[in-house]
Amino acid sequence: MDDLIGGVLGVPISLIINGTSHNLAVDPWVTLLDLLRENLDLTGSKKGCDHGQCGACTVLIDGQRINSCLVLAVSRDGADIVTVEGLADHDHLHPMQEAFVEHDAFQCGYCTPGQICSAVGLVNEGRARSRAEIREHMSGNICRCGAYTNIVDAVEDVLAQEDARYQKVAAE
Amino acid sequence: MRRFDYIRADSIEHAVQALAAVQGARALAGGTNLVDLMKYDVATPTRIVDINRLPLDSIEETENGGLKIGALVTNSALAWDARIEARYPLLSSAILAGASPQLRNAATTGGNLLQRTRCYYFYDATMACNKREPGSGCPAIGGVNRTHAILGASSSCIATHPSDMCVALAALDAVVHVVGPDGARTIAFADFHRLPGDEPQFDNTMRHGELITAIELPPADFGRNHSYLKLRDRLSYAFALISVAAAIKFDGGSISEARVALGGVAHKPWRDVEAEQTLVGGPASEQAFAAFASRVLAPTQGQGDNDFKIDLSQRAIVRALTQAAAGTPQSQTDKRVG
Repeated sequence: MDDLIGGVLGVPISLIINGTSHNLAVDPWVTLLDLLRENLDLTGSKKGCDHGQCGACTVLIDGQRINSCLVLAVSRDGADIVTVEGLADHDHLHPMQEAFVEHDAFQCGYCTPGQICSAVGLVNEGRARSRAEIREHMSGNICRCGAYTNIVDAVEDVLAQEDARYQKVAAE
Repeated sequence: MRRFDYIRADSIEHAVQALAAVQGARALAGGTNLVDLMKYDVATPTRIVDINRLPLDSIEETENGGLKIGALVTNSALAWDARIEARYPLLSSAILAGASPQLRNAATTGGNLLQRTRCYYFYDATMACNKREPGSGCPAIGGVNRTHAILGASSSCIATHPSDMCVALAALDAVVHVVGPDGARTIAFADFHRLPGDEPQFDNTMRHGELITAIELPPADFGRNHSYLKLRDRLSYAFALISVAAAIKFDGGSISEARVALGGVAHKPWRDVEAEQTLVGGPASEQAFAAFASRVLAPTQGQGDNDFKIDLSQRAIVRALTQAAAGTPQSQTDKRVG
């Protein structure tokens, strides 16, 4: 057990976070978001509403985008979690991060880690293609600066890159 | 958040035993509603029984040609399941009309049935609420009640059930499988949720210590003529002001079966099976649909702010039935209606 979170009541759990294994003792009322931010110094995931209404806390759990503010960490024992800090490959930004920079898909940036994790989840799901579908499938992420148009541009760009890569592989 | 005992159930029997042993015990699945309510101090469980390890996450064929959905199947997995999309597209559509992708990835089938009302007064622990504190009063009556019930309300409570999925399940005559200290039983969907009466603290007819294990869908043939129409204050990620799950079967040019369930208007998904019978044998005409809607909505009672819902419901029912009859179900992406 390399970390003791909370008091003596901590429940032992194991999580893989951004590729690193953690054996933790976590009080059962600690949310995954608080565990990441308060105890593991992973402050990329943001606390916006803390009630599942804004999406700023979105992380990938076993590849699926989920609001970490509504997850009790103990209930995800054994999970593989990726936060915005885990998307880049060392100095190389994730294509979705690149696209957000390229398309200026943010203003204040507070919602951006959640937007990017959500958009990566959207691409994994493979259900959204058109701009209307991207908008609908990004509806769980609120941006109070109103950068939505550029966010849709960024996601559309990455989907197009994925398509091009797929077609290239298929052609070879 | 208040502290609680945490038990991770390793079998259904273990879960039931742990739930039944303590009055304030609650099962935790996806947590999307329960954890939220605990943060607001609206839910104050003394024990959390984590059921996420139970083998209840599959969708299986039943002997009679239906499907049995494990209680832990997530909303996303259910909506995108190829069998659900092909055989129960109404259910798939209703699920995708609700919440957000992130919430649907965590929220479960069983949990969806057990989510609590989004009445503002229920959610505010500093206010009176007969559902939260029986006998304390209902400030929504005579208060801010724009989103509240127009059917089946009582002088104790005018809250609505917030689910989209449950509206489709009501239309599809789903059956709820539960296991409790006295064994397993099934509950017809119409009997699962209840009207508030003078005991609004009870949302449903489950007994202490019981756990939902599955939702069973009987065989259905509404693959073509169905629609889930949801009207709300913004186009996505909002609870329904009113929603309509409509499904029709035809025999030649006339209706042989019609199912219509309403969401956002009552303490439970609202159906009027006697009114549905009046559509059988007749044509799929706007006139017939309007007469049906008038009959369903005859007992409505507005609360002031929500009076607009009565006329909106009338028109929403006609539109959903028209969409179903035409085989052009409401898109959950392009929500322009017309």
